Amino acid sequence: MTEAPLLEASGLSLRFGAVPALDDVSLAIWPGEVVAIVGESGSGKTTLLRVLSGLLRPDAGQVTYRDPEGAALPVHDMGEAALRRLMRTDWGFVHQNPRDGLRMGVSAGGNVGERLMAVGARHYGSIRAEALAWLERVEIDPARIDDLPRTFSGGMQQRLQIARTLVTRPRLVFMDEPTGGLDVSVQARLLDLIRALVADLGLAVLLVTHDIAAARLLAHRLLVMRHGQVVEQGLTDRVLDDPQHEYTQLLVASVLAA
Amino acid sequence: MAYVAVKGGEQAIENAHAWLAEVRRGDPAVPELSLAQIEQQMSLAVDRVMAEGSCYDRGLAALAVKQARGDLIEAAFLLRAYRTTLPRFGASLPVDTGAMRVRRRISATYKDLPGGQVLGPTFDYTHRLLDFALAAEGEPPPPAPEAPAEETAMPRVTGILAQEGLMAPEAQSDAEPGDLTRQPLAFPADRSLRLQALARGDEGFLLALGYSTQRGYGNAHPFVGEIRMGEVSVELVPPELGFPIEIGEITVTECQMVNQFAGSKTEPPQFTRGYGLVFGQGERKAMAMALVDRSLRSAELGEEATAPAQQQEFVLYHCDNVEATGFVEHLKLPHYVDFQSELEKVRQMRATAMREAAE
Amino acid sequence: MTSTAGYNFAYLDENTKRMIRRALLKAVAIPGHQVPFGSREMPLPYGWGTGGIQVTASIIGPDDTLKVIDQGADDTTNAVSIRRFFARVAGVATTERTSEASIIQTRHRIPETPLREGQILVYQVPMPEPLFRLEPRVTETKRMHALADYGLMHVKLYEDIARHGHIAISYNYPVMVNGRYLMAPSPIPAFDNPKMDRMPALQLFGAGREKRIYAVPPYTPVRSLDFEDHPFVPIRADAACALCGSRESYLDEVVTDDRGGRIFVCSDTDYCRERQAARRRDAAE
Repeated sequence: MTEAPLLEASGLSLRFGAVPALDDVSLAIWPGEVVAIVGESGSGKTTLLRVLSGLLRPDAGQVTYRDPEGAALPVHDMGEAALRRLMRTDWGFVHQNPRDGLRMGVSAGGNVGERLMAVGARHYGSIRAEALAWLERVEIDPARIDDLPRTFSGGMQQRLQIARTLVTRPRLVFMDEPTGGLDVSVQARLLDLIRALVADLGLAVLLVTHDIAAARLLAHRLLVMRHGQVVEQGLTDRVLDDPQHEYTQLLVASVLAA
Repeated sequence: MAYVAVKGGEQAIENAHAWLAEVRRGDPAVPELSLAQIEQQMSLAVDRVMAEGSCYDRGLAALAVKQARGDLIEAAFLLRAYRTTLPRFGASLPVDTGAMRVRRRISATYKDLPGGQVLGPTFDYTHRLLDFALAAEGEPPPPAPEAPAEETAMPRVTGILAQEGLMAPEAQSDAEPGDLTRQPLAFPADRSLRLQALARGDEGFLLALGYSTQRGYGNAHPFVGEIRMGEVSVELVPPELGFPIEIGEITVTECQMVNQFAGSKTEPPQFTRGYGLVFGQGERKAMAMALVDRSLRSAELGEEATAPAQQQEFVLYHCDNVEATGFVEHLKLPHYVDFQSELEKVRQMRATAMREAAE
Repeated sequence: MTSTAGYNFAYLDENTKRMIRRALLKAVAIPGHQVPFGSREMPLPYGWGTGGIQVTASIIGPDDTLKVIDQGADDTTNAVSIRRFFARVAGVATTERTSEASIIQTRHRIPETPLREGQILVYQVPMPEPLFRLEPRVTETKRMHALADYGLMHVKLYEDIARHGHIAISYNYPVMVNGRYLMAPSPIPAFDNPKMDRMPALQLFGAGREKRIYAVPPYTPVRSLDFEDHPFVPIRADAACALCGSRESYLDEVVTDDRGGRIFVCSDTDYCRERQAARRRDAAE
């Protein structure tokens, strides 16, 4: 990894009233890299994801995104128009609840096609062909292309959300507990699918999860958060097999016990 | 067959208007209503038309009621259209409802309070039995008994609570409030604009919305801190004089609802205010307005906003009955052209569907 | 008819007219962008043309000649009522002939006779926001316009084709103005959309109840949204006018009996009358 980082954050701090949600957090993610942010509820990991993706403005610190031309863009000062453009081109966001990421009143094909149309696709036949290919890719029966997502199971909805996000080949995908609301058996299948897609497409992924097993399966690197601070970070295997910080040790031990 | 396109719209309209004039007057053998009669004996209709027509003129409102055949929304519309044409000389000073010559003043939060409870002319506590004596023309009722005028002060209930720090203070500002009759609404709308919209909003719509907040659609725990109705002075500062002069007196009804507020990170638990103020005697409207005002404050108070009465855009865009009636009623205007397009479209889609079914 | 003494020329006071003209100038400067304006209460109901009336009232002068149509016709009730209103409060000349008018106020149609430079077409608009059925919150649609974020509109068109085989919008068909702003052309039939493109006349749109004004300056490109493989097709009844024989004009369907009998006639009454007169002249020669 000799190139410059895709996304770089330094000195991020944010308080909600008296509560520090982020306390001097810095991180970087390189092209093609999967970084997981783990920690229990309330540790600040979802807040961090929202700050990194420009949805929340930090009290201090900055986030820089490097576009395909190599220009470094300040995420919180690029303006809403530029940020929205980024959100439908270079970036993707997979929400924990697929209802937040899908249009529930629009067919599966329309959901996948929206991002294509938002970046200028104007040929119905090719949009539809692409949507069909993506449904297949995320293991949804292409015959259901004109069905509404609300007729889908939770796992299918989540796979549809992933198809909708990846159709424009983003460079960086933010995932917030993508397997959160699903049954264990469904989770495993979805994780396999995500792992395959990420490898195929060479995506960089920032993954927030409280599921250590999911992090082990997907992530190259791991950040452990507690009380808004990164208490430990490193290669996934190193952190999980030889945790240094006592909180990480607790976290790993609780998974083994369960 | 020879087809002749429909003609004569102009003549038809004139004939329709002539018929309307005839029906408005009704049977000529029955004496015609005078404006004074409407003003005196239909006074709450006049009040409502002034409030929703947002123009304080009892005579014009009575005329509007007469011209509209008693259709109060139509009457408010007539008054609004007239109001548009009036030149604007200036803005009055804020009226001081604390200095109101009170005809009615009640509180549901205190059994007794300085100034006392004054029931005034109210339907409350009447038995809603049709009074057939009114059907026969009779002598006017004897005058109501009068108490000797007392010069006791009537502090506002919310002021009493505020002394204890229990009432959330309102933001004070001398900034000129917006004017939604001159500037289109923009969202988020500040409180002064919201109150303006509600003050001229439809009584029925606000009543239903206020009611919905009591039934769980919104987070309301209201008490009537105080309702007061009576006369207030209207004062203006003419630029050439530089000091306020009284230009007249208007009747208004004010309602202050007191709502519990659990407190937030920055605010201690206290009571918050929902405010209603309308022209004339309009207690139901003032109360409904106060309920809706309070629910529209959910955003600033950090409450979750899930109910219709908490959605600014929903409430403010739909509370004006002159706008609403116009747009609902415009559906009776001809739509032949659009319907023709729809006809062709539906035929085309049916043909496609039939063809596919046949295959 | 009651007296109109005490009312200003064209009803509105001069300050209000100036305010509306400022909004119009802004609208012309940013084609297709909705400009909020301080819409006034008018003596006609909301939804019946108050926006168009305010626009007309603020641009009309004593030398203007006004034509008012509704559904393409000069003698529909609402057109008669608005024409009489201006005859009464402005005392201007009125006409039913498209070519003689300097200002044409319309509801739901564009005249068949091509408009020329110097003419102004004033549309009455019920819902100025082209996205309102997809996104009812004005705060959100404003943002979408600001960011030219119109993917949602294309999703709607995509869904139409997926479900019906073609785009199922027959009137108020959305257009892109000057390649930048998505705009509602008001409920004109989609048949009329191509007439908006690079029209030599100035097109002004007034929405009174919604308090918005927008405009398409002369010769501005106006494109109906579509897909490359499902191009926009203006539709009309496949028939000839029973009165003038036109196969080009937009037709109204007239039911002639209760056994399914129907004929088609031009919706544009002036166009139809001119053609009938021309036919009579030809026959006489």
